[in-house]
Amino acid sequence: MTAPLVEMRDMVKSFGGIKAVDHVTIDLNPGEVVGVLGHNGAGKSVLMKMLSGALERDEGEIWINGEKATINNPRDARNYQIETIYQYLALADNLDAASNLFLGRELVSPLGFVDDAKMEAETRKIMGRLNPNFRRFHTPVAGLSGGQRQSVAIARAVYFNAKILIMDEPTAALGVQETRMVAELIEQLKSEGIGILLIDHDIHQVKLLCDRANVMKNGQLVGTVKVDEVSEDDMLGMIIAGKCPPQGIPGPGALS
Amino acid sequence: MTDTTSGESAPTKSRNLIAALELDTRLLGMIGAFIVICLIFNVLTDGRFMTPRNIFNLTIQTASVAIMATGMVFVIVTRHIDLSVGALLATCSAIMAMMQTVVTPDWLGLGLNHPATAPIAIVVGILAGLIIGAFQGWMVGYLTIPAFIVTLGGYLVWRNVAWHLTKGQTIGPLDENFQLFGGINGTLGETWSWVFAAGAILASFYALWQSRRAKVAHEFPVKPVWAELALGAIIAAVIVGFVAILNAYEIPERRLERIFEARGEVMPEGLVMGYGIPISVLLLIVIAIVMTVVARRTRLGRYIFATGGNPEAAVLAGINTRMLTVKVFAMMGVLCAISAIVASSRQTFHSNDIGTLDELRVIAAAVIGGTALSGGMGTIYGAILGALIMQSLQSGMAMVGVDAPYQNIVVGMVLVLAVYIDIVYRRRTGDKT
Repeated sequence: MTAPLVEMRDMVKSFGGIKAVDHVTIDLNPGEVVGVLGHNGAGKSVLMKMLSGALERDEGEIWINGEKATINNPRDARNYQIETIYQYLALADNLDAASNLFLGRELVSPLGFVDDAKMEAETRKIMGRLNPNFRRFHTPVAGLSGGQRQSVAIARAVYFNAKILIMDEPTAALGVQETRMVAELIEQLKSEGIGILLIDHDIHQVKLLCDRANVMKNGQLVGTVKVDEVSEDDMLGMIIAGKCPPQGIPGPGALS
Repeated sequence: MTDTTSGESAPTKSRNLIAALELDTRLLGMIGAFIVICLIFNVLTDGRFMTPRNIFNLTIQTASVAIMATGMVFVIVTRHIDLSVGALLATCSAIMAMMQTVVTPDWLGLGLNHPATAPIAIVVGILAGLIIGAFQGWMVGYLTIPAFIVTLGGYLVWRNVAWHLTKGQTIGPLDENFQLFGGINGTLGETWSWVFAAGAILASFYALWQSRRAKVAHEFPVKPVWAELALGAIIAAVIVGFVAILNAYEIPERRLERIFEARGEVMPEGLVMGYGIPISVLLLIVIAIVMTVVARRTRLGRYIFATGGNPEAAVLAGINTRMLTVKVFAMMGVLCAISAIVASSRQTFHSNDIGTLDELRVIAAAVIGGTALSGGMGTIYGAILGALIMQSLQSGMAMVGVDAPYQNIVVGMVLVLAVYIDIVYRRRTGDKT
């Protein structure tokens, strides 16, 4: 069996005396969508932030394609082609779509000056694929709708050829139409062999989009299940009671 | 096309011309306000306000505050503040004054007015500004002490370090070459001023052409050619007008005689010479261009604005916002040192009170120029126009005979009013940033 795309082994992160993430191990394969579920404060976002480099881990190892990876900051994560779409859209409101898409990775001319025309052209290309109705290339993103802003964030991940995509409640701020657009996009990215970690509250959404789901409670892993082997009630039981169904693989946080 | 979300909506008829030229309405508003102020004072002073002599004086009085205001834009855009700029100017000025009156003539034994004196003093002064600014930025960025506190402390420290360095004395006269940066003592003269104007016009047309070419290369919509040419013509007219006015301010005959005497020549009968562009103003123009390029065409500038717009997004995008803070304050420090050169050489000596209250003038200039204290927004040209508007108000009122305390009352009210107008403007145009 080939090595998984991502393995996070025994990850630990504490804030003060509180263990936000307590010895959690999860993995992700290419072309797979894996959910990370749990209540607010269960530690899902902290776990993902250790992978995206936004937080430094206290303990644990990250393996990518069977090799041990060093991820200490967002730049490291980007070098492993890990892209993140954050819950609270990490866009600079005062900049336009192109400046946001290329933020931190600006295209520059041979003299080292940022090449706005080229970045806009590239942005127009990628947005033409993802959101063909988008025209507002010269507006600061503060003036865009939630869906438009989300498509800029997703375009950023797609443009830079993400192999591993972390989506932190990508549809939380979106309407029905826009949610469907994001769901279609996830299917498309999946078919291109990208591995996606999806943090979500919505069990229905997870059943629909994910292949497997990890459930966390109080910083610990309750268990990992294949979503089509369990019912929504089973998953609810995992989230609320910490009870891992017999079909799943229980983690250290499972009720014994 | 069935595009309803277009941001490039059709302009209303009254704004067609402005839209075609793609001009910044906020900039137009500020220029309009400035012109109105000039016209009012011109009437009140029976035409004395808009004479070449007064305009010349206005430009050299504005230079010092305007130079610092360009740096303050970056500081405020990154959601910080710098209250120490006037005090830092004083320390840099004291260091440079001591360099040229004690260190180089006595310690290095070069004597007075040696050609190396001014460059040595300037390099040391700018280094001092860089180090002090970077140090304050390090405290803000890495020690996470609020900028307000760091620079409030800096305000007390550097003002009195300056006093300590000079033992509270006025230091002067400064080196003759150094004094060239002071305005009236150092100007380009008519010929070089015209050379500068020609160069500036060529550069503007080149920049317009380059920007158009880049758009065409990517098949973006471009302005009609007539609009492009009209814009170029306006820029050229402004440059020519500006230089013509500064050239029209004639060097007094006696002073001209002394210049020829010093060279051991006889002044030709009936010779008339204009001052031209002051070197301090040239310095301001160069700094304005450099800072604008930094803001718009470099990664550093992009990161400054991104950090101001959303600091968390900037960090997540891999930007080292701590180091960025150090850089921004270091730039501010260098600009304080450059302003110190201009300010001290203008008065031909270093005094204890040099730069007093400049921090407030500089912040006010940036804010009047449209820099938002909430961060993420501001322009270099706006800050310079802001400085010019404040200086015009102050000079104009002085010429009309308004007492200094009343001048300050008016300037204070204008500051608040300008920010209010800006808020209303943004609400109207739906500009949420």
